[in-house]
Amino acid sequence: MLAYAIRRLGQSLFVLVLMSFLVFVGVYAIGNPVELLVNPQADEVERLRATAALGLDRPFLEQYWVFLKGAASGDLGRSFVYNVPALSLILDKLPATIELAFVAMVIAIALGIPLGLVAGLKPDSLVGRGIMAGSILGFSLPTFWVGLVLIMVFSVQLGWLPSNGRGDTATVAGVPMSFLTADGLAHLAMPAVNLALFKLSLLIRLTRAGTREAVLQDYVKFARAKGLPQGRVIGVHVLKNILIPIVTVIGLELGSVIAFAIVTESIFAWPGTGKLLIDSINQLDRPVIVAYLLVIVTLFIVINFVVDVLYSMLDPRVRLGGAGASH
Amino acid sequence: MAAGTEGPWARFRADFAESRLAVAGLVLLVAIVTVGLLAPVISPQNPYDLAQLDVLDSKLAPGEKGGDGRTYWLGTDDQGRDMLSGIFYGLRISLGVGIASTVFALAIGLVFGLVAAYFGGWVDTLVMRIVDIQLSFPAILIALILLAVLGQGVDKIIVALVTVQWAYYARTVRSSALVERQKEYVEAARVLALGQARIVFRHLLPNCLPPLIVVATVQVAHAIALEATLSFLGLGLPITEPSLGLLISNGFQYLLSGKYWISFYPGVALLLTIMSINLVADQLRDILNPRLRK
Repeated sequence: MLAYAIRRLGQSLFVLVLMSFLVFVGVYAIGNPVELLVNPQADEVERLRATAALGLDRPFLEQYWVFLKGAASGDLGRSFVYNVPALSLILDKLPATIELAFVAMVIAIALGIPLGLVAGLKPDSLVGRGIMAGSILGFSLPTFWVGLVLIMVFSVQLGWLPSNGRGDTATVAGVPMSFLTADGLAHLAMPAVNLALFKLSLLIRLTRAGTREAVLQDYVKFARAKGLPQGRVIGVHVLKNILIPIVTVIGLELGSVIAFAIVTESIFAWPGTGKLLIDSINQLDRPVIVAYLLVIVTLFIVINFVVDVLYSMLDPRVRLGGAGASH
Repeated sequence: MAAGTEGPWARFRADFAESRLAVAGLVLLVAIVTVGLLAPVISPQNPYDLAQLDVLDSKLAPGEKGGDGRTYWLGTDDQGRDMLSGIFYGLRISLGVGIASTVFALAIGLVFGLVAAYFGGWVDTLVMRIVDIQLSFPAILIALILLAVLGQGVDKIIVALVTVQWAYYARTVRSSALVERQKEYVEAARVLALGQARIVFRHLLPNCLPPLIVVATVQVAHAIALEATLSFLGLGLPITEPSLGLLISNGFQYLLSGKYWISFYPGVALLLTIMSINLVADQLRDILNPRLRK
C-alpha cells in the first residue's frame, strides 16, 4: 500500500511537470500579452520596459526555469492583468467553483440513484421507459444550451430566478458561500441544476444497468426466496453490490464536473475559476492560464488517488499495486 | 435467433428495426444530413452573402415579414440574416467538423491500438500509458487549452477534437485486438508467414470493427456537442464560418431582452442532431453486443 502510494506520487509529479512544460510551451506561443497591456499610444521604450518588467525578454527556457523554481515554492507567477499572484487569484475563486460542483453532484446523486433503481427494477414499465427517455435527452442536450433555455424560461419569461452572479453570500470559516442565504440559493439553483443534468443522466444509466444485472443474480433470488421484504432486498442486497462502480464513477466525475463548470460559469456569470480561465484566455494572461491548469491537474490527481484507495477499501477483490500482491 | 438462410446484412437490418425509436432516430438523422448536404440548394437565402441581407430586417420575430415581403419563419438575427438558412448552413459545418474529426481520430486510434495490442511489450505500455493519462482529464479541458493556443479555425478545431478523441479508439481497438490476437486464425496467418502489416490490417482489423463502430457513432455526437460548446465559449470557429454553436453564442446577448429565437432554434437543431445520433448508437450497441444476443 505504502509502496503503491509512493509510486503513484512519483508518477503524478512527473505528469505535473510534463503538463506544466507542455502548457508553458503552448501558452508561450499565443500572442504577445504586452500588446494588450500597454497603452496603444505607448512608445517603443515603454513597450520594452513593460516586456522586461514581465520577464518576457528572457529566453524561453530561462522563463520556464524561473517558473519551475517559483512553482516549487508555491509561487506560480503574477497575473499580468491584475498584478497579484496568479495562485491567490485562483484560490480566491476556487470556493465558488467547488460549491457549484458540489451542489451539482449532490443533486445528481440524490436524484440519479433512486431514479436509476426504479428504472432498473421495472425496465419495461411506463415509468422505467420514461426515466430512460429522460436520461437519453439529458445526454443529448448540450450543457450550454440547457443553460440558455433555463435563463430564457426562469429569468426572462417567468422572472423567478436571477441569471447571473452568486448573490448574497454568508461567510463560513472565512470562505463566502452562496447556499446559506436565500438570495444566494436563488442564484445557485439554475447553474447547479444545469451542471447536474449530464451527471444525473449518467448516474441513472449506471444505476439502471447495475440493477438489471444484480436482480438476476442468485443472491438476490435467494434473499427473495427467504421472504425478505422488498425494501431490504433492494436497499441492502442490490444497492450494496451496485454501489462500487457508482462510487468510482462519482469520484472520477468530480473532476469533470469542475472542468464542465467552465461552461456553466460562463453562461451564468458565476464568479468561479472557469470564468476566470476563459477571461484569462481572452486577455492572454499567461500566468493565470498556467496556474489554473496546474491547480486543476493537481486536484484531479488527488481525486483519482483518493478514488483508487476508496475503491480498494470498498471492494476487497481489488488489490492496489498490480496483480502480484500477496494475501 | 433468425434462421440461417438470410444474410448477415438482412439480419442486422431486422435487429435494428426492432426498436421503433431507433428507426425514428435513423430517419431523423438521414433527414438532417440531407438538409446539411443540400443547404445551398434549399436555403431561402445565402446567409453569408451580405448583398442579400437587409439590416432593416434585423431581429425579426419568427413568422414576421421582411421589407421585401418574404416571411422569416424562424426570425432573423442581428444582421438581418434568415435563421432558417443560418441553421441549414450551420448544420453543414457542425456535421462536417464532427464527422471529419471522428474519421481522423478513428484512423489514428486504430493504428495505435492495433500496434499496441499486436506488438505488446514496451510499445503497448507506452501507448496505453499516454492513453490513460489523457483520458484522466476531461476532453473539454484539453480541447479548450489546445484551442487557446492554436486559435480559431475549422482546421484547428478538428485538430483539437482529434487530439481529445483518438485515445478512446486506441483503447477500444486494443482491448478487442488483444482477444482476437489469441485466436487460431491469427496463428494460422502467422504460420503461413504472412507479413506483419498484412496480419494486423487484413486479419486483425476487420474482426475488431464492431465495438469500434459503436464508439465512433457515439463520438460523432460528442464531437458535435464539444465543437458547439467550444464555439459558444468563443474558442472554436471564426464568425465567418458559423456552426450551430456559434449561432447560439451570437444570440445569447439578445436572450435577456426576450429575443429568444436567435439562440433557441439553432439549439433545437443541435439537440435533434445529437439525439438522433445517440438513438442510432444505442441500438447499434445492443445489436453488436454479443452479451445481449438472444
